[in-house]
Amino acid sequence: MSERTVLEAVRDGLIEEMRRDPHVWAVGEDLHIGGLYGQYKGLIDEFGSNRIVAAPISEAMIVSAGLGGALAGTRPVVELRIADFALSAIDEIVNQMAKARFMFGGQARVPVVVRLPQGIMASSAAQHSQSLEAWYVHTPGLVVLAPSTPADCKGLLKSAIRCDDPVILIEPRSIWQTRGEVPDGLDDLVPIGRARVARKGGDLTVVAWSAMASIAMKAAEMVAEGGLEVELIDLRSLWPWDVDTVLASATRTGRLLVVHEAVQVCGLGAEIVATAAEAIGDQLRRPPRRLGAPRAPVAFSPPLEAVYRLTADKIEKAMRAMVLS
Amino acid sequence: MTSAHTNESARSLALLRTMMRIRRFEEIAEIAQRDGEIPGTLHLSIGQEGVAAGVCSALERTDLITSTHRGHGHSIAKGASLAAMMAELFGRATGCCRGKGGSMHVADFSVGMLGANGVVGGGIGIAVGAAQGLRVRGSSAVVASFFGDGAVNRGPFLESLNWAATFKLPVLFICEDNGFAAFTQTSRLTAGEGPAARATALGISSTVVDGNDVVAVADVATASVERMRCGEGPMFLHARTYRLRGHTIADKGAYRDAAEHARREALDPILLLRQQLVAGGAATAVEAVAAEVEAELAAALAAARVGPFPDAAEALTDVQTAGAPS
Repeated sequence: MSERTVLEAVRDGLIEEMRRDPHVWAVGEDLHIGGLYGQYKGLIDEFGSNRIVAAPISEAMIVSAGLGGALAGTRPVVELRIADFALSAIDEIVNQMAKARFMFGGQARVPVVVRLPQGIMASSAAQHSQSLEAWYVHTPGLVVLAPSTPADCKGLLKSAIRCDDPVILIEPRSIWQTRGEVPDGLDDLVPIGRARVARKGGDLTVVAWSAMASIAMKAAEMVAEGGLEVELIDLRSLWPWDVDTVLASATRTGRLLVVHEAVQVCGLGAEIVATAAEAIGDQLRRPPRRLGAPRAPVAFSPPLEAVYRLTADKIEKAMRAMVLS
Repeated sequence: MTSAHTNESARSLALLRTMMRIRRFEEIAEIAQRDGEIPGTLHLSIGQEGVAAGVCSALERTDLITSTHRGHGHSIAKGASLAAMMAELFGRATGCCRGKGGSMHVADFSVGMLGANGVVGGGIGIAVGAAQGLRVRGSSAVVASFFGDGAVNRGPFLESLNWAATFKLPVLFICEDNGFAAFTQTSRLTAGEGPAARATALGISSTVVDGNDVVAVADVATASVERMRCGEGPMFLHARTYRLRGHTIADKGAYRDAAEHARREALDPILLLRQQLVAGGAATAVEAVAAEVEAELAAALAAARVGPFPDAAEALTDVQTAGAPS
């Protein structure tokens, strides 16, 4: 094990996979200088400009480069800088990449990883702050991942690169600098579709992912001081998602709260809560709940942005409300 | 007869055969659709066969192509099986996409045909991406991308051309200009000097060619592919042709100019090459090709009709491995 930040861990992961497989390559804006956050720092020196392709600001073509490259027999890693920019390539993601395998009757394999650094940073406003993971979960053909720890971010990046399906990898850009222990083995993968139980507890099951998993952990520690034990599940894989782990935990605690940074309406929380209501509704002590953002664009000014943003305080309050009252 | 002359004639006959295979495939499909044997609609390329046949004659099997919603011709010219394509149009399990794609998504990866596409301009970026992938693999293959005149007004057209030129990728862009963007004369809604001028503005070597002169198309494509294989980067071909049918099979084309349409019918690329070959003394050979194509299509049609429909369970396969539908 080594201690790494999220950013260092994902950089390590990409380097390892590029060394392992000469068909792995990366494409995105500013990669020659390490990418927007430094995730690709120094890679061009080792792998050259054919495998670290510094792209023009052409999101549709960046995603097409991944898809076309995959159809030509390679395993591209596509960088889109900020999740919101994927909307300039939504035809390429939804109509082309997600459907190529199916509509060509299984002739195509599309081993592309689309990396979407996502989430609210301070005062980034309406077009640089959205969490749209539910759109991708709704789209057949895509795998959707949203890890939060250095180990999971690295392990799932590696699994995504080795996966034959197109993967939307949502990366927690607001916590790039979070540190944690990361396994050193080249084949230490994190399996797609399995959640991580981040904290054991018997009173309430809380499901979260990406940066929200770490904020929910803070909230869980806060309520623990009052004797309320939360079982926190970091879902980390959003499609497929670990239904068994979530339902088993909720059955045990009798209470389920899903927390996400995305708008609450039609967010992934709705799907998880509905799944629980259908499968184990009669075994729950309280109706399952979601906690998400208001259905409004994210504002620039700090006091306005704060209305949208979920904090440990807000999550703590929701946790208490699930158990008390 | 000199041997050069013989070679010339053999090449023309081969181009004629490709065009006739496309034409008869589509004419037979057109009837089958009207008779209710083929579900959904069809986008026919009748009248445009010279572009597909000419360009693909310049490609090797290992080269790749992407195509459009009007993609039967490109697929056939690249070497896809007529029987598997016809079965696909019929929605059968024996189809090239096992009934999952239909006319708009015919594909045959085994011959480098990476798919027709239901989105205008959808294949252009994929072609450029494929060229990028070939570079990673150290391959010397090239990629050809067919798209229509309507596609040059879409954003990904600019992104793709700029990208290919910037990275000097071996992509042959073919604007198959049939005069119409769906139900509208493209010229009414397209500014500037046309598709080739847009490519030239990005530093891409461009040629305008009569798309109904299949030999001319083949010559230009061969020269372009040769330059691409030498590392000269992308090339652009603006092939002017004419769509003799409607946008879809249901479209009667009321918006067309009748006199123009009649003039264009006389410029049918198959008619022109056939006349030329017969005048050159190849009438017997032409008839033989026609008979062979007819027999091949009759067999494809018969096979499509008796092919089984896919099992209902197939609706949920080939979606994805991780998180497959249950």
